Amino acid sequence: MLKDQDRIFTNIYGLKDKSLKGAMARGHWDGTKQLLEKGRDWIINEVKASGLRGRGGAGFPTGLKWSFMPKESDGRPHYLVVNADESEPGTCKDRDIMRHDPHTLIEGCVVASFAMGAHAAYIYVRGEFIREREALQAAIDECYDAGLLGKNNKLGYDIDIVVHHGAGAYICGEETALLESLEGKKGQPRLKPPFPANMGLYGCPTTVNNVESIAVTPTILRRGAAWYTSFGRQNNHGTKLYSISGHVNRPCTVEEAMSIPFHELIDKHCGGIRGGWDNLLAVIPGGSSVPCVPGAEMKDAIMDYDGLRELGSGLGTAAVIVMDKSTDIVKAIWRISAFYKHESCGQCTPCREGTGWMMRVMERMVKGNAQKREIDMLFAVSKQIEGHTICALGDAAAWPIQGLIRHFRPEMEKRIDQYTANATAHGAVLEAAE
Amino acid sequence: MSVRRLAEDSIQPAGFAFNAENAAWAEATIKKYPEGREQSAVIPLLMRAQEQDGWVTRAAIEAIADLLGMAYIRVLEVATFYTQFQLAPVGTRAHVQVCGTTPCMLRGAEDLINLCKKRIHPDPLHLNEGGTLSWEEVECQGACVNAPMVMIFKDAYEDLTPEQLEHIIDRFEAGKGDEITPGPQIDRIYSAPVGGPTTLTDAGTKKAPAKANGGDPAIVPPSNAARPKTDADETDPTLKTPATAKAEAAANAEAKGDTRAEGGAQEAREKPSLDDKNRPAGIARPAAIDDLKLVSGIGPKIEGILHELGIFTFAQIAAWKKAERDWVDGYLNFRGRIERDDWVRQAKALAKGGEAEYIRVFGKKPR
Repeated sequence: MLKDQDRIFTNIYGLKDKSLKGAMARGHWDGTKQLLEKGRDWIINEVKASGLRGRGGAGFPTGLKWSFMPKESDGRPHYLVVNADESEPGTCKDRDIMRHDPHTLIEGCVVASFAMGAHAAYIYVRGEFIREREALQAAIDECYDAGLLGKNNKLGYDIDIVVHHGAGAYICGEETALLESLEGKKGQPRLKPPFPANMGLYGCPTTVNNVESIAVTPTILRRGAAWYTSFGRQNNHGTKLYSISGHVNRPCTVEEAMSIPFHELIDKHCGGIRGGWDNLLAVIPGGSSVPCVPGAEMKDAIMDYDGLRELGSGLGTAAVIVMDKSTDIVKAIWRISAFYKHESCGQCTPCREGTGWMMRVMERMVKGNAQKREIDMLFAVSKQIEGHTICALGDAAAWPIQGLIRHFRPEMEKRIDQYTANATAHGAVLEAAE
Repeated sequence: MSVRRLAEDSIQPAGFAFNAENAAWAEATIKKYPEGREQSAVIPLLMRAQEQDGWVTRAAIEAIADLLGMAYIRVLEVATFYTQFQLAPVGTRAHVQVCGTTPCMLRGAEDLINLCKKRIHPDPLHLNEGGTLSWEEVECQGACVNAPMVMIFKDAYEDLTPEQLEHIIDRFEAGKGDEITPGPQIDRIYSAPVGGPTTLTDAGTKKAPAKANGGDPAIVPPSNAARPKTDADETDPTLKTPATAKAEAAANAEAKGDTRAEGGAQEAREKPSLDDKNRPAGIARPAAIDDLKLVSGIGPKIEGILHELGIFTFAQIAAWKKAERDWVDGYLNFRGRIERDDWVRQAKALAKGGEAEYIRVFGKKPR
């Protein structure tokens, strides 16, 4: 188990002083000026060497992403945009960073902005996080007062941080949709290329990073890439905030090492599965958009990007949704379909029409009012949505249903059989053949 | 995607203007963005307009478009795209947004939704009779480890049971929503596990080590741990138990001289005298007494008061006449609850055949 002194978010539960003074006492903002003096290349190389992968879901190496930014400005300003539009069902880690440990994020913004030559950083907080936004803004104001931000600050690098917010659109967690929204438009994703590193916010080079990715970098730089790589397996290094919800005895958010086995994570921090390990039905290990994994396969699973990919799922945002055997799994997945139907931005036809269609078919599957061949049709349609849209929301809507069909097809068929057997109760009239 | 349209013309106000404070705030907000990019401020401005008026009106959309130099359609597009903007009036005292997405659903959000249907209006986004309350089901609010949860205006209320939600709605309806401490409604520190954190336990934040099997946390009543001091029931040290059920809530309300049960301003009625002729006759404490708490509406506190009055058995309650019931109701400051809960019928069943008879009559277990 990860030791407390190796945890980056030392105030994740808000038990300690979250002011600037308290954060400094816990080691944040320590030697930030010296870190910046080591230069841009050193920072990017150190982040690359640490093996930090983006914590927003896709797992793209953060250092590599930073290195895509143009080395010299061609006259256009550079921007850092922090994606705090945390809306993936099951995920609630960034919320705790913003409300209880905001200085990790602010210091991270300074370091990252310096590494990519940006003098302005925008933090896009989801609209529902009102108190979190206020806490973050208060922390930023504190830093301005202390001379850590703004023009001619103590760190010797001009940087402004602006907190912006959305208004309840899941799709704005997609980086180009977020940029559109930040520009004051509907949050509909852009076609790539051009990538944001060339044409991002206001047409200028931009990097969009998740809150957690940015917030961990100052600590990595202070303690060294070697320290960070000592956690987790090859290609999956570091520590991670896991948020475990659903049918565990004690749901919680906790920072743990990458590659921790699933059963260790649950037993140590969540008091086990509700009703014991034999009662585990299925787990969605990375937020609603990854396929579910049956309980039997999940128990020994390694919680990292590669370990879960081998199980046909993904780490995503490390939002673990646990379902015990009392769960109506078909209904649980139907609710996820309803979520994607609600959140589709309406730009691409396969997603706009497909998410609603899938939800309606799933609705019938919940009751069993369907034909067995429709299960195959549902799978085929989900395959036609996947990969045929501008952004990944189409994929995200398709994967949970594919996971359901892959692992729980007998359950779906059983329900159809039951419904058919009780057909007369639903109003069907038996007629003699003539 | 969802189809969202502006409210009908008949309820749209004629004009909109930010008040002085908001206008200054809007100017400062627009300045945060680079020159020529004022459009970026459209979402914050619309949100502020919603806070000011309670919902986003057509006049507000047009006023903000003029302010930012945008075409009306561009602002209309934004207002209809983002689901946090309410395009029609919502409850003035509370608009309850219940998260219904899978993680909350797994922990019982459907019960919360059913409660809202019963308590507020059968349909979402409709006002209740008084126009004070409304509700809607929203998608994931990002508090999944504290599921199930609701959001009312700016605050999230987490780890709820239907009883607690009803209590919260009651408070808001009475205009006393600020008495409820936002955040988890059980003994829990934000997103840490129930029973205390398993990590970061050094430096004076130690709590008792969590037990291996915590049981279902939803049934654990809240305590005073780690809560800021407020006037909420949950943190009031004079109350033995916080309100986790209506009966206790009523008992608490009595202890505090609270009049919210009847909607606020009414003064506490005078307590009937113990010498009144309608006081039901008490008896000396018999050797075997009934567990009066089995009657729905009687909690430990009320049971104690009844014992003081010499009421120890179901048969006694079952024999109460109307005048006696009214006297006890007045004595407990219960406002007709004895009639509503039909204590007499409950007590009759319990006196006749105990729990089995109760189940036969009411179709459910007592308490």
